[in-house]
Amino acid sequence: MSNNVPRDLQYTKSHEWVRQGQNGAVEIGITDHAQSALGDLVFVEVPDVGRALSAGEACAVVESVKAASDVYAPLAGKVVANNAALAGKPELLNEDPYGAGWLFRLQAGPAAAAPSLMSASAYESFLAEESK
Amino acid sequence: MGLKTPLYDMHVRQGAKIVDFGGWDMPLHYGSQIEEHHAVRRDAGMFDVSHMAIVDLSGGHVREFLRGLLANDVERLKSFGKALYTCMLLPNGGVIDDLIVYFMSETWYRMVVNAGTRDKDLAWIRKHALDFGVSVVERTDLAMIAVQGPNARRKAAALLSPPQQASVMELKAFFGAAYGSWFVARTGYTGEDGFEIMIPATDAADAWSRLLAQGIKPAGLGARDTLRLEAGMNLYGNDMNEDVHPLESGLAWTVAFEPADRDFIGREVLERARREPGRELVGLLLEDRGVLRSHQKVLVADAAGLAGEVTSGTFSPTLNRSIALARVPKTSQPAVQVEIRDKLHPARIVKPPFVRHGKPLIDLS
Repeated sequence: MSNNVPRDLQYTKSHEWVRQGQNGAVEIGITDHAQSALGDLVFVEVPDVGRALSAGEACAVVESVKAASDVYAPLAGKVVANNAALAGKPELLNEDPYGAGWLFRLQAGPAAAAPSLMSASAYESFLAEESK
Repeated sequence: MGLKTPLYDMHVRQGAKIVDFGGWDMPLHYGSQIEEHHAVRRDAGMFDVSHMAIVDLSGGHVREFLRGLLANDVERLKSFGKALYTCMLLPNGGVIDDLIVYFMSETWYRMVVNAGTRDKDLAWIRKHALDFGVSVVERTDLAMIAVQGPNARRKAAALLSPPQQASVMELKAFFGAAYGSWFVARTGYTGEDGFEIMIPATDAADAWSRLLAQGIKPAGLGARDTLRLEAGMNLYGNDMNEDVHPLESGLAWTVAFEPADRDFIGREVLERARREPGRELVGLLLEDRGVLRSHQKVLVADAAGLAGEVTSGTFSPTLNRSIALARVPKTSQPAVQVEIRDKLHPARIVKPPFVRHGKPLIDLS
């Protein structure tokens, strides 16, 4: 099982990662653990630009040869970009989940300070707990 | 902890992701399911299929017994080693299991049945065997390895002695032959050429290692499923079960209605069903991006509100498109719509197989 957890990101219990940018811009993807558990990805559906998301809303789908899995918005905001490259190359998500395999970017609302996000070490403990 | 085949430790050592399959701890993949799929289509791959049940049936009346038990007719087996694919039916025509039966000798037939159905199959077979004095022995002492792909036979033959190699390379499709305590058959579940090798469980790990040394890539249940679906082959429990009969499961070709006086279990119901419009199992090609999955609803244009259902769906690594088997009303037009996560997506009815011997058989344009 692949379990790379970069220190500079934040995480959710549903295995999304969040990269905080400047002025409320955030980038979102799924973790190395998630891509490894899913196996070879063959289809990725990302939310349209302009769509307003509430925290916890199912907004993207990642499908591997074996199963489809929802991706949830880790915080509320408006979609400002999505990763169009994944349509033709879903395997980017397996190869580089924290880089070229990003899913979408949000402009978070003012009330988007999300207390439910975990630090890298908290996510690692969560993974260890989950695998017991 | 589930049941383990004699090759379990080999799988773990090779980094397999292990999952439960019908009570067995089996390899899903060894890293990349798609790479394993391509290895079988382009070169050679091998599967541990020791979880399947090998059942030996013997006795003076064994042929007569099987002619009543099975929907296909073992009378079609004229020479030793020949294999036959068939369903075993309930009196109402529902499919108890699909299986392969080998003609070993006048008084001995061998069956290979699915892992998930072994208990009910054996109970059913034993119950009916009693009247014929047929002995039913499950060969738990045997393991089975399927070696599949364009180079599979040549590479796997290396397990045998030179004279045996010459003999095994002569085997025709759907024939098997015994080599000492081994039985090698030119059969499979991938749409590629290859062998299924039944060997004493104590030989299994050594044989697996030697096949690895021949450059044969281990492949898991994941690749086995995408390969069989591309090949248009049914999976018991998905594409047929006890609630549907073989004529609605794409298996009419396996039901021997001739000779008309052969009375097999389920015949009466099938005789009626073959004259009714009913449903059929077809292939689907998704026109959009996305992935077809079992239980998705299939909306057909012309059948008065009747809907069909996807029975097996996947992403085809060979075609780079999503494909499926689906049960639909018989009069359906080729253009259909499939409901995926509350949205309708266009799909096309096509005739399986989708892929055979490495080549796409359907028009993707």
